[in-house]
Amino acid sequence: MAATISLHLRNLKSLEFILGAVLLGVIVFCVLFSQWLFTPPGAIDLGARLLPPFQDVAHLFGTDALGRDVLSRVAAGGWVSLKVGFLSVMGSVVIGVVMGLISGYYRGVWDVIVMRFADIQLALPFILLAITFVAILGGSLTNTIILLIISQWVQYARLVRGSVLTLREREFILSARAIGVKDMALILHHFLPNLLGPVIVLMTLNVANNILLESSLTFLGLGVDPTIPSWGGMLAEGRTYLQTAWWISVFPGLAILLTVLGLNLLGDWLRDTLDPTGRTSR
Amino acid sequence: MIAFIMKRVIQAIFVVIAVSLVVAVAIRLTGDPALMIAQGATNITEADLERIREGLGLNQPFIVQYLQSLAGLLTWQFGNSFVGGTSVTLLINKALPATLALAFASLFVSIAISIPLGIRAAVSRGRWSDQLIRICSLVGLSFPNFWLATMLVLLFSITLKWLPPSGMNGMQSFIMPALTMGIILTATNVRLVRTTMLETLNAQYIMVARAKGLSERKVLYKHALRNCAIPLITYFGLQFGTLLGGIVVIERVFNWPGMGTLAFDAVAARDYPVLQAVIMILSLMIVAINLLVDIAYGLVDPRIRTK
Repeated sequence: MAATISLHLRNLKSLEFILGAVLLGVIVFCVLFSQWLFTPPGAIDLGARLLPPFQDVAHLFGTDALGRDVLSRVAAGGWVSLKVGFLSVMGSVVIGVVMGLISGYYRGVWDVIVMRFADIQLALPFILLAITFVAILGGSLTNTIILLIISQWVQYARLVRGSVLTLREREFILSARAIGVKDMALILHHFLPNLLGPVIVLMTLNVANNILLESSLTFLGLGVDPTIPSWGGMLAEGRTYLQTAWWISVFPGLAILLTVLGLNLLGDWLRDTLDPTGRTSR
Repeated sequence: MIAFIMKRVIQAIFVVIAVSLVVAVAIRLTGDPALMIAQGATNITEADLERIREGLGLNQPFIVQYLQSLAGLLTWQFGNSFVGGTSVTLLINKALPATLALAFASLFVSIAISIPLGIRAAVSRGRWSDQLIRICSLVGLSFPNFWLATMLVLLFSITLKWLPPSGMNGMQSFIMPALTMGIILTATNVRLVRTTMLETLNAQYIMVARAKGLSERKVLYKHALRNCAIPLITYFGLQFGTLLGGIVVIERVFNWPGMGTLAFDAVAARDYPVLQAVIMILSLMIVAINLLVDIAYGLVDPRIRTK
């Protein structure tokens, strides 16, 4: 009985991985090669305004108020989301891991700084931070990425700090220290490899979350320039036509949902594989 | 215990000061508000600008202005809006209840869904209903809140014509916004309830309750749920920030007359006194709730205090 259940679970787990990988693979492929796969996203055709979906092979997802093809705009728009998601996470990881290592390893004043930043981050939801800064700097792709890094690096710092605090008491670290391994080598060869799993899990889930945040920011008109096709921007445009042309609002949202779902499925699977103790559980 | 409370209070005060300082500095960086107010008016002289600055208290040093804004938070006086000169306090007093009402409605929806589902998942751990709930929760976690809101409008207002698409008019206008945030929160909460419940179900008193021959329903909802209450209330409390952040966004979709709408209008009009007040009040509330949850948890569970 127990054996069948665990077998069943393992199948479901690999199903999770397959589903996530396929979803993400298809979307990333369509986005990366959208230039070759679809018509140019900016092509205006006033003769074909607001065409409903699934009626014309040339406009499978229909067209918007300027006669632009929704499918090619969705494919091109994914570029913004993927770029913001990837770059913001890269930035946060670099800053967060370094700060977390320093604060966990050397403690003292660094530790205080990181933990106080964590408090502030907890009190100031991303969207409020974004509103404040966009009011000053204006919205743009770069500003969105910077904002996301500012608000997300603390998560990595906290995760790494916590893990370093437990790791530094473990025998293999103590013995490495006892035989005189230098701080830098200790961090590179002993701490980092042990942190990799949870950090990768957090990164995957974080890309998903940052794509959601970017799209809501752009939807509100505080993110990426509305002239560049992006999922959030298309949804903002679609609001005006919700009564008459539902497809403009449905497909970009579906694209966000499926991308984020793919990443969440992979993240969930990675957590069970790389981080069985659940340091990154939410 | 008193030392623990003091420590937490000092940390909270530090956070409030840090957040307000960041906001105040950021807003000062945007340029001269006097010029912005004077925009549109012709032949403005330097003397006029000076008079506007004096009227706004902008000729005082930054530290004085900053302390005044902090004092304003305590006395609930936030000066006047740049647009039309309305009292910011008046605007806040209208918007804050709208946002809070929505927050509580969302929390209620989320608790009403996630507790029975979470318990169900915990009890049927590993079986198909557990897996189904887990998949649903993953899908829920992947929804952009503003898109979920839009889809609800598309379904209930445009297609079925059951509910008003926007505004705050009576109970029925609460349904869609509260459902949106309720579903988003439920995605996380179901997992929290399930994990907490699984830990509780292993306890000996549950075995005793079952051995006594109590009905399964009584065991779960009376004995187990009661012992989950403390960690669950903590999680729900710590979610307040996420909840407010989400509400601020979906207020835009539903034209809800709350703090989010106030903030976005303020950004568009560069109405900084309003923007500053909204952000300071919302973060103050989040800090206060986190503090209360922390203290309450410390009171109930002595192990937390020494951490």
